[in-house]
Amino acid sequence: MEFKFAIEGGNFSKAGSASSEVKKILKQLNVNPKIIKRTVVSLYEAEVNVVAHAFEGCMNVDIDTDKIIVKIEDKGPGIPDIDQAMQEGYSTATPQVREMGFGAGMGLPNIKRNSDQMNITSKVDVGTEVEIINYFG
Amino acid sequence: MIVQDIVEKLGLKVCSGANGLNREIEGGYTSDLLSDVMGNADENHVWVTLQTHKNIMAIASLKELAAIVLVKGYEPEADTLEQSNEEGIPILSSEEEAFELTGKLYEIINQAK
Repeated sequence: MEFKFAIEGGNFSKAGSASSEVKKILKQLNVNPKIIKRTVVSLYEAEVNVVAHAFEGCMNVDIDTDKIIVKIEDKGPGIPDIDQAMQEGYSTATPQVREMGFGAGMGLPNIKRNSDQMNITSKVDVGTEVEIINYFG
Repeated sequence: MIVQDIVEKLGLKVCSGANGLNREIEGGYTSDLLSDVMGNADENHVWVTLQTHKNIMAIASLKELAAIVLVKGYEPEADTLEQSNEEGIPILSSEEEAFELTGKLYEIINQAK
């Protein structure tokens, strides 16, 4: 099963709506609640990253019998140093975004902790792709 | 213990989501960093925060939190309130600061266990 959800850069009022749709689908499919919880945390963080940093993006969801593969792609500034971005506490969020309680540098570490596999590829001034894989078993 | 119980015991104001006052409370989490709550709060937790914008509802809904309690008399923004009513996840408000409120909630919730 494949699904695709658009993510608007800069529109915080809609942040989380794509993750919420995926959560509903996983619940309908009776996926183990613990795996749904982990997946929802990782997808939300990836979605917020697109809203906070990119111009636009999309969440591509592929649900198999044994796993969910989600690719979150965006058009945006890209990440010059992925190792640095993965460090807990490192953030390039604007002061405005931080004031809302985002930009604590916990997003990517949260994704790593709540996914079985996580892959990031990025090109500066082009965009970023985050792939998240969680197994149901 | 349900949300209505903490409303009564702590004299909290129900700002929105009154249709969820019977939600079960099993614990709580206090933080103003959204990713911290996303990563560490759990289902049926009551969340103490000073953030009032709509994204707190996205988190409450995704994490299936019992309720949000705003500190220092803060009130939710209009679109936050609307989503709280839609989702049936109450937003409550206290005149107290996070430290005092969290201490009281901790005591009440643990007494009920």
